[in-house]
Amino acid sequence: MQRARLFAPPRISTRLGAVWRRNFLVWRKLALPSILGNLADPLIMLFGLGYGLGAVVGEIAGTTYFAFLAAGFVATSTMYAATFEALFSAFSRMHVQRTWEAIVNAPMTLEDVLAGEWFWAATKALAAGLCMIAVISVFGYAHYPLALAAIPVLVLTGLAFAALGLAVNGIASGYDFFSYYLTLVLTPMMMLSGVFFPVEQMPAAIQAIAAVLPLHHSVQLVRPLLSGEWPATPWLNLAVLAGYAAAGFYLATVVTRRRLLT
Amino acid sequence: MQDIGAQVREHAGSGLRTGVTTLEVQGLCKRYGTQEVVRGVDLRISAGECFGLLGPNGAGKTTTLKLCLGLTDPDAGSVRLLGHEVPREARAARAQVGVVPQFDSLDPDFTVAENLLVFGRYFGLDDSRLRQRIPQLLEFAGLTGRAEARMAALSGGMKRRLALARALVNEPQALFMDEPTTGLDPQARHLIWERLRRLIQEGRTLVLTTHFMEEAERLCTRVAIMDRGRIIASDSPRAMIAKHIEPQVVEVHGPGFEAWMERARSLAPRVERAGETVFCYAADVEAVLADLRGRSDLVYLHRPANLEDVFLKLTGRDLRD
Repeated sequence: MQRARLFAPPRISTRLGAVWRRNFLVWRKLALPSILGNLADPLIMLFGLGYGLGAVVGEIAGTTYFAFLAAGFVATSTMYAATFEALFSAFSRMHVQRTWEAIVNAPMTLEDVLAGEWFWAATKALAAGLCMIAVISVFGYAHYPLALAAIPVLVLTGLAFAALGLAVNGIASGYDFFSYYLTLVLTPMMMLSGVFFPVEQMPAAIQAIAAVLPLHHSVQLVRPLLSGEWPATPWLNLAVLAGYAAAGFYLATVVTRRRLLT
Repeated sequence: MQDIGAQVREHAGSGLRTGVTTLEVQGLCKRYGTQEVVRGVDLRISAGECFGLLGPNGAGKTTTLKLCLGLTDPDAGSVRLLGHEVPREARAARAQVGVVPQFDSLDPDFTVAENLLVFGRYFGLDDSRLRQRIPQLLEFAGLTGRAEARMAALSGGMKRRLALARALVNEPQALFMDEPTTGLDPQARHLIWERLRRLIQEGRTLVLTTHFMEEAERLCTRVAIMDRGRIIASDSPRAMIAKHIEPQVVEVHGPGFEAWMERARSLAPRVERAGETVFCYAADVEAVLADLRGRSDLVYLHRPANLEDVFLKLTGRDLRD
């Protein structure tokens, strides 16, 4: 494949909706275990740490530790839901089941397939984030109407991590490869993004690293919005998330083209 | 599939014309790294033909099909499929083409009917039209009554027939099939052949790769033998046999075959050895047969020459894996 075509911007058609619908139809058959999986794990962590650790920590950044942690977990659940869909599920469809191979025999391009997967993973991420918001709303930790403004943030968070996940998927040799990304990238990111504790208390070097992490920017938006306050730097945070989404999808397009078209 | 047949005739004026070139390929080349997989392939396939691309493993058949469909970009050469320049207009070309891939890529999470429905959506067909067509496709595939069956419950033959039905979901003018009957038992294979004949009768163009010479001989109006990235011969199966090989073959094996082989050279114009077997090729094998009758140390088989003999003559008997 010529370099120009390898690096060309993705050309997407509305047919990507058919890919999204395909994945939705599969999900509908397995919806209950999928929702439980999305919810149970973060909720157990949230309630365990929120009440357990919260009893020791007390107040943090002017709110209860539970409220602090809950906002972090909304963003983190969204990140993980997008990531798992773009890694393991997409890899199954790309490599194991040869679903992508079948789709491009129809009048579909690889970019249509990738974009369909991208929006699908972001949709699942949004659903996971909304489930978390719903639960913490029941416990009175979401303040409306401003909490509703967290929804577009979750959309953007899902798009950013789905795109990054698809880029990793494009260079993966197998399922084991994903452990590198999960343990070496996402777990440290969760630690440095102000999910469990405020970044402001950390050394300047760590704060500088946090400033370029997409999860940090998601938390910076979600936490104030859920507690009914307007974020300090909303446009910067949104721009970083949008940048990761756009650059991540372009990267995913290039590495997947290289993998499947050359 | 009477109803689909009727629709085809309805569309006959617009699409399924004979004498029109369906696929034209010129000087096609494709490299993977330093390995040249396709090295200057020319093809011209007319509407209504059943064209077989034959060749040993690694000859470049699958890559050639992928290039024709615009699924990978050529390093040189041009492809015109149904009037569309490929890969530039590959999307428009593929809208009128059906593909049966070499490996089953049916969706394991879906039922038989859902597989057809979901695949039809990739062509932009709306659900109501697809739901109307699914019973006809199932009937064609011999899967009536199995609309709700899951993939795990289907045999290899049923899956291949479903893959064929899936390739017909868009009423394609041309079908590309990569080894359509590999791995099937004889019953399943004959059923696929019977369905492919129906499609040929309906006027569709079929392009298939195979290494079953019997399949090519039975189905194809024209075959091309491909080896090491090049097409080394192309004609109708019958003309190919007449042109490249003597019409009669005697295969001989048994304990005395080595000593007998020397005698055979004076009895037949062409004698070949492959392992423990001697192949005698001739227009008239009466002398060979007369010499073999009554010998207890040799077992022999007399048969007409077939496409496999041509294939082995042109591509050699060495293993290709």
